[in-house]
This record gives sequence, C-alpha cells and structure tokens, in this order.
Amino acid sequence: MARAAAPQGGTAEGLSLPCVLPSKRAVRGWGDQLFRLLLRSAASALLAIVTAMVVVMVRAATPAIKAFGWRFLITSTWDPVTEHFGALPLIYGTIVSSALALLLAVPLGIGAAVFLAELAPLWIRPPVVFLIELLAAVPSVIYGLWGIFSLVPWLRQYVQPALGATLGFLPLFQGPPYGVGMLTAGIILAVMIVPFIIAMSREVLLAVPNTQREAALALGATRWEATRIAVLRYGRSGLIGAVLLGLGRALGETMAVTMVIGNRPEISASLFAPGYTMASMIANEFTEATSDLYLSALVEVGLLLFVVTVAVNGLARLLVWSVGGAVHEVRE
Amino acid sequence: MRGQRRRVVNVMMNWLTALSAAVVVLPLILILVFLVYQGASAVNLDFFMNLPKPVGEPGGGMANAIVGSVILVGLAACLGLPIGILGGVYLAESRDRCLPWVIRFLADVMNGVPSIVIGIFAYTIIVLPMRRFSAVAGAFALAVIMIPIVLRTSEEMVRLVPASLHEAALALGIPQWKVVLRVVLPTARAGIITGVMVAVARIAGETAPLLFTAFGNRFWQLGLNQPIAALPLQIFAYAIAPYDDWHRQAWAGALVLIALIFLTSLTARIATKGRFGGVR
Amino acid sequence: MADGILVRQLHAWFGQVHVLHGIDLAIAPLAVTAIIGPSGCGKSTFIRCLNRMHEVVPGGRASGQVLLNGEDLYDPTVDPVQIRRGIGMVFQKPNPFPTMSVFENVAAGLRLGGVRNRGILQGTVEQALRQAALWDEVKDQLGKSGASLSGGQQQRLCIARALAVRPGVLLMDEPCSALDPIATAKIEELIQELKRDLTIVIVTHNMQQAARVSGSTGFFLLGELVEFGETGMIFTNPHDKRTEDYITGRFG
Repeated sequence: MARAAAPQGGTAEGLSLPCVLPSKRAVRGWGDQLFRLLLRSAASALLAIVTAMVVVMVRAATPAIKAFGWRFLITSTWDPVTEHFGALPLIYGTIVSSALALLLAVPLGIGAAVFLAELAPLWIRPPVVFLIELLAAVPSVIYGLWGIFSLVPWLRQYVQPALGATLGFLPLFQGPPYGVGMLTAGIILAVMIVPFIIAMSREVLLAVPNTQREAALALGATRWEATRIAVLRYGRSGLIGAVLLGLGRALGETMAVTMVIGNRPEISASLFAPGYTMASMIANEFTEATSDLYLSALVEVGLLLFVVTVAVNGLARLLVWSVGGAVHEVRE
Repeated sequence: MRGQRRRVVNVMMNWLTALSAAVVVLPLILILVFLVYQGASAVNLDFFMNLPKPVGEPGGGMANAIVGSVILVGLAACLGLPIGILGGVYLAESRDRCLPWVIRFLADVMNGVPSIVIGIFAYTIIVLPMRRFSAVAGAFALAVIMIPIVLRTSEEMVRLVPASLHEAALALGIPQWKVVLRVVLPTARAGIITGVMVAVARIAGETAPLLFTAFGNRFWQLGLNQPIAALPLQIFAYAIAPYDDWHRQAWAGALVLIALIFLTSLTARIATKGRFGGVR
Repeated sequence: MADGILVRQLHAWFGQVHVLHGIDLAIAPLAVTAIIGPSGCGKSTFIRCLNRMHEVVPGGRASGQVLLNGEDLYDPTVDPVQIRRGIGMVFQKPNPFPTMSVFENVAAGLRLGGVRNRGILQGTVEQALRQAALWDEVKDQLGKSGASLSGGQQQRLCIARALAVRPGVLLMDEPCSALDPIATAKIEELIQELKRDLTIVIVTHNMQQAARVSGSTGFFLLGELVEFGETGMIFTNPHDKRTEDYITGRFG
C-alpha cells in the first residue's frame, strides 16, 4: 500500500480496509457518505473552474476569431482605431524575448544546478540553494521595478553603446540605445526563470542513482567526467523538461516585461528596439479596450497564450517525470 | 599529457559551474541592496498611515494598498483554502479510479497558466456581469491561482501521514471521516499550513490578475463590490509614473511587500526543514 | 600483469566513526581472494579502500598503505583518478549506463582515456566482451541500450566495461547478490577464467560462493581482519573461534 511514496502521476492508492471487516466496506455510514461527497465536490470544483475558464474565454474570443480567422496570427497591424488586429508582433515579441531568456538562463541555470548537485563542497550548498529559492519568491512587479531603475539605465549608458560599437555590424545590435527593449526584457526574463530551471534541474540530477556516478568513477573518471557521462546523460530528458518549464514561465511573465520592453507592437530585427509580448499587451490595453471587438481580440491573445503555455508545460512535465519517477513541483 | 589535460578540465568545470551559481545569485543581492537603499528612506509612519496624495504634496502613503492587499489575500484564502485543502485530502484518500488523475493533471496544468490569463477569466466571469471592478473579482482570481498550489501540497502532506496510523484508527472501528478529521489532518496540519503560507506568499505578490479585476483605488474604499487598492498594483502604478516622489514610494512599497513575502516564505521553510532531511 | 596488493595498517572512517581498524593483509597476484563476514563488518569499505572509492563518499577517509606492485596508492602525490585505471570495480547491483549502447558502455573507459580510433575501440570492446563471456550473446546487438539486457548479462557487461581498460586487479563487491542462481553460476565460471589474467578480490556474504571460487579468504568482523588464509583451511580448520562461529552459522 503505497501511501507515503505514491508517484505523482499515477492513480491514488486509496486506503485498504482490513479484510476482516467486510461488513464495514459494504455499509458506509452516512457520515462517511457525506464526507466523501464533500471531498469529491471540492475536487470537482477545480474541474468546474478549468472548464468554465476554457468555455468562457473561447466564447469571449469568438467575435475576434470570427472577424480575423487565421490571419490574426500572421498580420502585423494592431490598430484599435480601424479595428484591425493582428497578433504577429506580439507573437514575435514573446518568442524572441523568451528565446533570449533561455539563451542566457539555460547555461547559467544548468551550470549552477550541476555545481549545487554534484561538484560543490557540502557546506556551500544549503546557503546557495536558499538564496536561489528566495530569488524565486520575488514578485514580478519588483523585478520590474529593479528593471526600470537599475537595469535599463545600465543598459542604456554602458552595455548597449558598447555592444553597438563592437557588434554593430549585426542587425541585432543596431539602432539607438533606448535602454528599454527586447534585450532588457530578455535579460530580466532570464533572471526570473533561472531559479526554476535550477530547482528542477537540481531535482533531476539528485534523482540519478548514485551507482551511476560510482560506475564512472571506478573507471577512472574525474568528478566532472563522471558528471558528464553518468549524470548529465542519464538525466538528459529531465533537464530538457526543466528547460521547457522555464520556457513556460517566460512565455507567461507579464509585469516585469511590461515595465521594460517599451510596449510598441512592432517587429524589428534589432534587440535594442522596443517590442511587445502577448502578456504585456493584455496587461497594458485590457482596461483601455474601447470596443467589443478590441476586447475580444485581447481575449483571443489570452487564449493563444493559454494554449501555448499549457502545451509547453505539459511536455515539460512528461519529460521531468521520466527521470527517476516522481519529481515534485517546485516550492516557491 | 592526457591525464594533465583532464585534470585541468576538471578544475575548470568546477570553477565555471561555481561562477554560474555566483552570477545567478548576483541579481538577488543587487535587488535587495537597491530595495533597501532606495526604499528604506521612504518607509516612514506616513507611508503606513496615509492615503496616496496628489503629486507634489508630501506625506503620501500606501495605507489603503496595504490594507487592500490584506483583504484581497484574506478573501482569496476564504475561497481557495477550503477547496484546495479538501481537494488535497480527496486526492490522497480517494479510491476513485478516474477523477483523482484528472484533478491532479488539471492542477498541474493550472500551475503553468499565466496569472494574467486567470485575470481575464475573472474579468469575464465576474467583472462583466457586475459591470464594475471589485475586490471580489480580484479575490476570485487570486483564489483560482491559489487552489492548485494548495491542492498539491495538501495532498503531499496527507500522504506523508503513515498508513499505520490510519489503519490503527480504522481498526478501532472509527468511521473514516472521523479518522481523517481527528487523526490524519491534525498530523498533517503543520505541513498543510506550510503549504498554505507558501501559496499566500505567492498570491500576495501577484499584480497581473488584479489589473482588471480589483483595478486599484486611491481612497479608503474597502467595500467588496468596489475597486480596491493593492500593494503590488500601487507599486506598479507609481513605478511607471514620471514623478520621483512616487518612485520613492514605489520602492518603499516594494520593500514592505518583499519583507512580508520573505517572512512568510521563511517561516514556511523553517517549519518543514526537519521533515525532508538535509541537502545531499 | 601480475599485480599483488599489500595492505598495511589500513584504517577507515565515516566521519567520526572508525570503521576499519588497522588491516594488514597480502592479496596474491593472479588468484582469487574472498572477503567474507557478517553485515556491517567493513568488507565493502575495505574493498572500496583498495581503489580509493571510499573517499568519494562524503565523510569518507582512510589512512595507511596499499601497495600495488610496490607503489603506495595512498601516497599524497598519487592521483586517485589515475589508480582507478589500473584497478577495476564491479558493483553489487549491475549499473550499466542506460543511455549508452552495449558498445558504448564497454568503450566508456577507453573513451575517457582518449582512445578515438574506431578500429582500436572495436577490437578492444570485442576482446573485453569475449573475456566477460558475453560476446556471443550480444555481438548482434551492440547498438542496443545497456539497460535492455537481463540482470546477469548486465553484470557481465559491467565486467566487460571494467576489463576494457586492462586493469591488473578486479574488485567485485558482492557481484552476484542481485542475480539468480544461473546467472550467478555463469559469473563464478567467469571468475575462474579471469584469474588467469587478473588478480581478483571478491566480497561475498555467501560462504559457499567463497569456498567455491577463491584461493584465499579473509574473515572480517566489526572492522577487524580476524583471520586470513588459504580457503580450504579457513573453512575446514579455522584458527580463531570467531571464524569458526561464523562459518558454522552461529551468527551473521
């Protein structure tokens, strides 16, 4: 009877009554029945909520879906005046900022996770793990605050001019250094998702059986080599899952991005240019939506965001579960 | 020599990964330093006692935002905790075939949904019919965010209660519902409370779902069917405004918010430290 | 390679707990030496000290001398990583690398050592698999995952993996305890073959196994080496009463 160790993905093992009391099984008192009903309703409430959410959002987005169809995803104009709404700049902005965030966060995150799970001296681990957990608890709006007053000026005054001077031949680093823009959004997203990547990766690495490490070490591998061939390879799919989880978070981040991305629905090749993401557009314009179609378009953007994040997160969890059985949800 | 190179690589990787860990921790330190440096000067009695004042007038505060946040979180807890905890008990105790799996799956799905999308949901289902922004809508959104978190942690905590305890009570002839209420839950209580605190710390900092549900308010409006102020909302509004005084207050608000969140998280962490053993 | 091991005053600790007390023994080259004793007597710790794997565990520490061909492995100038090339180890539970194929598993040690040449790798892998009596069973499935083999095959794969780097000594920590009798018999047969080329030290909790495969046997109790001698002698005419008690099943 696996009570304390049931895997998270499978069916719950209920409690098994002792076989000597078959009569208790057949006749359940009304107390038990009521209790069972209560529990089941509570659990079903979640089902009701999710169903309601999907239904309500689809209904609210329908006018926009009917009006624009597939072109919604590929048109770049976002004009409330003429009521022409195309989500392409938003999709572009979301993808680019998230991709940039991953580019920065994945090497750092997995590197730090390897350090904390495998290579670091034991006394260093608890304090650093603690600090990283604190990072995960900081609200988005505070990251945004720091972004506006600390990160943006720093980028505008030092980093962007430097990048423009050295790598300005690339269209990525051309254009005036506003400070706010895609690059800033990518950096701040990276800072925000890295604690999650580290936490998940660390759990994946710790789930690798010790015998694997020993096998490599006994062959004459150095600590790093043992980590490389036995641990990282073994936990490969779990690590990819951790990265995807980070991506899922980045896609949905709203406040910090809104505060540093410049909020302009344009597509530009340069990372210095301001942009827009799906989440930040909703945050900025929802209360300004003057017409029903405008609102409906915004809800459609929300629906899009919902579908994408659910897909990415679903895939991520599948991969994370595949390593060593149950890996628990990150405690924030 | 080959062995030499491998030794060098080993040392290098040790340092590289250590560097990654250091770089990752750096922003936290920067943010905290900045917060304290900028915010400490603006945190004074006025801040805690006064309403926001028009630009230029000294002595503005975020009293209503702080109280508003407390109300929102409290209301959200009233809505979300019963469903979350009871649902968690259900997942841990039930012998049903299908529903637990579905609920667990949905909880994991909901954990990944961006909070702004949940805000849209709350808007369509509460704000539109009511034709106004309200604390109820905001609390509803926060509750929806809270439920999956509390659900999963409660389930875990109830599962941790040894089966032998459960069985011993049942063997004494006590009906199952009494066993859960009087034996299992009290044993799991500390862990469940911890999970609740973690969820509370999380929703206390949420801004996006409140943007078009609670909406914010510059006055002492605490009625549940009116727009209400909240700390994160106020911080956001002040941060993007062009006034220095407001920026300073935003920092103060951020300092207060993060102090509360850290305090809650830390207490939660200390409470569970013994339970899950040491770090490997 | 005829490698004998001389152990002098070997002590080992787990943190503050003193688990091995001044072990002195001589392991004969090109022979099988068995280490027996009840649970917790330190036999696994002892064998892991021979290739300095004991210190990998947090809190693990050892002192003393372990002389392999006259060179002290615990000399401060010696790199533990290097000595593990010369001493191979097989573990209680077979642990092939599941994300690698059979071929890659056996070649893992070689690749670490920098061998790139495909021809050399193929040749060495085949030779190791033959030595481990596994070649015929897997020669058409070299690309299959290491974890897809049966328990007994996995253990022989691990043996092949250890053998591929041509160590002089093979340490086996209860290699058959996770295997069924048929697989166990195969491994015991294998050991008799291997002892012609390697020095073998085998830890086992199964006395009959020790009696079957080894030439010398050492009996450990509570971290001490109680008795060491020729296997036949130990089992029929032990000197120490504690040995006799263990052999006759009075404890452990």
